Amino acid sequence: MGKTLFDKIWETHVVQQIEDGPSVFYIDRHFIHEVTSPQAFKGLEQRGIPVFRPDQVVATADHNVPTLNQHLPIKEELSRLQVATLIENCKNHNIELYGLGHPYQGIVHVIGPELGITQPGMTIVCGDSHTSTHGAFGSIAFGIGTSEVEMVLATQCLMQSKPKLMRINVEGELQPGVGAKDIILYIIAQISASGATGYFVEYAGSAIRSLSMEARMTICNMSIEMGARGGMIAPDETTFTYMKGRKFMPQGEAFNEKVSEWSKLYSDQDATFDMEINIAASAIGPMITYGTNPGMGITVTGHIPTLEQIESSDRPSFNKSLQYMGFHPGASIRGQKVDYVFIGSCTNSRIEDLRQVAAFVKGKKKADDVEVWIVPGSKQVEQQAIAEGIDKVFEAAGFQLRQPGCSACLGMNEDKIPAGKYCISTSNRNFEGRQGPNARTLLASPLTAALAAITGKVDDVREYI
Amino acid sequence: MKSLSTITSTAVPVHIENVDTDQIIPARFLKATSRDGFGKNLFRDWRFENDDENQQKKDFILNNPLFSGKILVAGKNFGCGSSREHAAWAIKDYGFDVVVSSFFADIFRNNSLNNFLLPVQVSEDFLQQLFSAIEKDPATTLEVDLPAQTISLPSVGLTTTFDINPYKKTCLLNGYDDIDYLLSIRKEIEQHEKNMA
Repeated sequence: MGKTLFDKIWETHVVQQIEDGPSVFYIDRHFIHEVTSPQAFKGLEQRGIPVFRPDQVVATADHNVPTLNQHLPIKEELSRLQVATLIENCKNHNIELYGLGHPYQGIVHVIGPELGITQPGMTIVCGDSHTSTHGAFGSIAFGIGTSEVEMVLATQCLMQSKPKLMRINVEGELQPGVGAKDIILYIIAQISASGATGYFVEYAGSAIRSLSMEARMTICNMSIEMGARGGMIAPDETTFTYMKGRKFMPQGEAFNEKVSEWSKLYSDQDATFDMEINIAASAIGPMITYGTNPGMGITVTGHIPTLEQIESSDRPSFNKSLQYMGFHPGASIRGQKVDYVFIGSCTNSRIEDLRQVAAFVKGKKKADDVEVWIVPGSKQVEQQAIAEGIDKVFEAAGFQLRQPGCSACLGMNEDKIPAGKYCISTSNRNFEGRQGPNARTLLASPLTAALAAITGKVDDVREYI
Repeated sequence: MKSLSTITSTAVPVHIENVDTDQIIPARFLKATSRDGFGKNLFRDWRFENDDENQQKKDFILNNPLFSGKILVAGKNFGCGSSREHAAWAIKDYGFDVVVSSFFADIFRNNSLNNFLLPVQVSEDFLQQLFSAIEKDPATTLEVDLPAQTISLPSVGLTTTFDINPYKKTCLLNGYDDIDYLLSIRKEIEQHEKNMA
């Protein structure tokens, strides 16, 4: 029987199979950041053991850093201490750190691929659920908790049970104005926020193959939002072209050798999956969420479900969600006023996202009563945007270009949306209070967010391009 | 020493589905560098008005003095979202040893097991029966027997079994953790590295 892409990578990383238990699973690359690592280092110190393979660990500061005046000391004491603790831990354990002020600093899931640290066939973990992003390169990448961060620091291994496998095929052509973010929001709306729990997902089909690497990252990034531990896409020419020449990639002939190895990473034709889902790309419109989990999404021209459309056992949660959002069952969402626009996060903060937004808003001005924050995913993205004059386009439009970090995606630093305000956001989670206590989040693509910045409301981007 | 076996206790019903880890512990409380003290911010924004500890939201179950205990009973898809282990730390630190739901998110389940917080998955039917019994009588006692892998409502004579990985069960019963085991097979790990090089 044929093997899946997942099987091929899984099998070469199992160190030991415990009877009736999990496998001891070897990890090639471990990314760490300031929020989910301090307790892990403390654990190592209590046990009196060193980091096992410091060369396979890379650190950055992203979750809890300011996005203005990064050259000044961090104002908030606890945040400053958390970042200082990361610096000290990395120094003590000889771990490469791309901290504040470093030209490679940025959101952990943006810098890994950008620097060529993320490669096909690898196993990659980080104490962050959006580690699934790296799966876009044909790697097994997933988020872990802090106890597991400690395990990987101590032994470069984890105890893992093999997940079930799901393949999602997206076939055909997308409508103009519809992109990767719309695809993944559509998939999650179809199968729900828990529809892939217990599974690892492979995305396939002509619509996926036609996407750029950055768009593929957007898709894999949100795998966790339907409960999947991770998502992956088989590497192809698009992948190899993107990777070639990047800082930590093998160079020259060594790279070509790797490419022939990586070219074997795909699911065999006779490989079987525990579940398979087929989606027609043409059915997908610009998506927006109306509720408080990422599965509560509709096309911008659609209506919020009526109570009759919701199973009776799910109605209390549905009502709670709509009450939080200030929406009504059956209402239309097009025309909904927005107060804030956030373009950023590990889902959509890469140079292509910024280019797409800049091309759309060039020569236009933001609506008067809307505040617009653009937060690039990394220093390199920021520098590239400046080199291309994208910063000037944003400035002319009245957008604020900030400095790299996770920012208002999770509202851990001071970038919070005020209570009751509506924020159209290119991030990945619309949970209650995610962007600040009582903030109301509408998840959407960078284009739909850019349009809302100009018109001040939710609208259909297909009519503007 | 940390370990779990049989837990007999009253329970607190959080009758809400899709409870994500941002609700369990909002990101702004993740700035600590130790594992301690997260319990006081458990369900922070559901417990308090205007982020003020002096303004309890009366309708939230944790603020209802009638309900207490070591067992948290919650709606399906509990612990979805962020991988933050702080969610498991907050629940454990607040005083819970068991979370019962009809469905758990994967990362949360692992994080719980790594912190001696037992996730007990039951059928949706059984969960609804638990909710009715506890909500009707907050003094209702539940019995969770890890060695036998059963959860019971003795007052109504209701019992069901739950699954747990045998390896993880041994760890919980004996207070072992994964790192102890992984450190003990370091030679095999080094051998694997050589084989792969």
